[in-house]
Amino acid sequence: MKKIVSLTIALALCLVMASACFAEGETFKIGGIGPMTGGAAIYGTAAMNGAQIAVDEINAAGGINGAQVEFNAQDDTHVAETALNAYNTLKDWGVQAIVGTVTTAPCIAVSAEANSDRVFMLTPSASSTDVIADKDMMYQVCFTDPNQGIASADYMKANMPDAQIAVIYKNDDAYSQGIRDTFVSEAEANGQTIVYEGTFTEDTQTDFSVQVKAAQDAGADMVFLPMYYTPASVILKQANDIGYAPTFFGVDGMDGILTVEGFDTSLAEGVMLLTPFSADATDELTVNFVTKYNELYGETPNQFAADGYDAVYILKAAIEAAGCTPDMDAATMCEAIIGVMPTISVDGLTGQGMTWAATGEVSKAPMAVVIKDGVYALPTAEEEAE
Amino acid sequence: MVFFSYLISGISLGSVYAIIALGYTMVYGIAKMLNFAHGDVIMVGGYVCYCALSYLHLPAIVSVPLAMIACTVLGVVIEGLAYRPLRQAGSLAVLITAIGVSYFLQNGAQLIWSATPKNFASVVHFDLPSSLTSLGLSSEAIVTVGACIVIMIALTTFVNKTKLGKAMRCCSEDKGAAQIMGINVNRTISMTFAIGSALAAVAGVLLCSAYPTLQPTTGSMPGIKAFTAAVFGGIGSIPGAFLGGLLLGVIEAMAKAYISTNLANTIVFAVLIIVLLVRPTGLLGKYAPEKV
Repeated sequence: MKKIVSLTIALALCLVMASACFAEGETFKIGGIGPMTGGAAIYGTAAMNGAQIAVDEINAAGGINGAQVEFNAQDDTHVAETALNAYNTLKDWGVQAIVGTVTTAPCIAVSAEANSDRVFMLTPSASSTDVIADKDMMYQVCFTDPNQGIASADYMKANMPDAQIAVIYKNDDAYSQGIRDTFVSEAEANGQTIVYEGTFTEDTQTDFSVQVKAAQDAGADMVFLPMYYTPASVILKQANDIGYAPTFFGVDGMDGILTVEGFDTSLAEGVMLLTPFSADATDELTVNFVTKYNELYGETPNQFAADGYDAVYILKAAIEAAGCTPDMDAATMCEAIIGVMPTISVDGLTGQGMTWAATGEVSKAPMAVVIKDGVYALPTAEEEAE
Repeated sequence: MVFFSYLISGISLGSVYAIIALGYTMVYGIAKMLNFAHGDVIMVGGYVCYCALSYLHLPAIVSVPLAMIACTVLGVVIEGLAYRPLRQAGSLAVLITAIGVSYFLQNGAQLIWSATPKNFASVVHFDLPSSLTSLGLSSEAIVTVGACIVIMIALTTFVNKTKLGKAMRCCSEDKGAAQIMGINVNRTISMTFAIGSALAAVAGVLLCSAYPTLQPTTGSMPGIKAFTAAVFGGIGSIPGAFLGGLLLGVIEAMAKAYISTNLANTIVFAVLIIVLLVRPTGLLGKYAPEKV
């Protein structure tokens, strides 16, 4: 009896494996990893939604090199261990290239693994240099943290040269710490004044009353917040509570603050942030994308959605340039794509003529927006002068 | 002037710790168990209140009691299902169960409400003159400190003056003897959990009013800090929890302001260690030698 059972199981396994084999080689299998639940859910969900729109568009237009694209998005809850599980799930599925992961810490973990497995990865938004360091198969759609820190300091230097700057950052987070480090060194090189620096950690990110008060006492009229939007929303509230109204300046992690459920968006009025994507832009590509995203998901896409969308198109451009076919295994495809990445140039939602260095770093121009009446707007000359 | 505003921000934070610590210490004092799920009951209280306010559009005066009722029921159910079967088991088994309940509640909340943080609009907000707000004094802080004092006095009176309170003290001293004397130990402990959980709901609402981010892990860190506060003040002592909470908040704020925002937590726990070295039962804890 036992024999029959085990034989049946073995047979069933064979059938499953065989059927898996049949499906292989006809479509490109692209995996996605990002936080779709957890504190950073807004980023992962947006990036994966954006990527899905791009995949659907590509499939409708005939696919890549004539083959359809399958997209499989996995949740990593912004936790490195979960991200590795998600990566293993994708490998079992037969993934050929990965769009992800969306956030920095999980991306560092997954890319190390993918580097030894030789699977090509393109992250929409994990911006730390640690993500791409010492790995030739890891590329970024977003700018790196140093780039964001330097760009923020330079922007302030150009537009608000006399600002008394306070920095509040999360020192147990590679993303926040990375931007702060380059911001501070660039600001010092520029001769800008930093009057206060305050830190917080994952465990202390619910109360900023001391840091906000200290920034006010130090006379800061510009508060730089290199962090994600959840702690930033608390800082905005607590500053408002004590009647402190400096200019708050965020980076791409601030994107999403307007969509926090129950958040009084009037608190974010006048907040400036660096972002490569504005949903209010009027070019055809943006308008199409925003309309489609609105139809499908019922909200205005943020920068991460645009990053995810661009990532898929960049992958398409690279696969086409490298002449990859769907029957290639992940490692062969990885080497082929690495060969062409530094040579391609892609026009996307988050930048015109994006190019890549062989290190994986993207080159495109950052742009600052200001939140006005609850939406992003381009800063006017006088706001820039403030 | 600046010192005062840091002091006030420390007291605000401390009063939130204190109000949570009251629930911890009450349950510990009577049931002699560390209910690590207390922080998560707080989170559930916050969510129930949030839902009543935002989705059902009920006024705060209805939402807060609703959260208290929900938490009371939850507390009694947790006690009945998870802790009561372990009444005769070792304290370690109960402790681990409490940690399990804590994870259960966190993940349950994530399923129901998703992990995306919600912004809790303060239910106890009233306008203060700008001379006070510029000092960092908020209406939430005033209400929290007030609520803390009221709850502390009410609890002390309840435990010391009422019949049920007497029964609770009996159970705390010796469960077996209490039973022989005709006290229904299970019902008394259920009652303790009911009160502790209703307090947790109040703490949840006040916590989220002061620090508006509401997510499934909202209760865990304040829960741990409040536990620290309860130990600091002398676990089992109701005034001790209040004192411990306030001191912890003030130490944390002062450390952040004058020493380093990096070292704030280190300093808080270093102070705890020193206090426990000098006074092993905490500031107001009673030294009770056990006869063997």
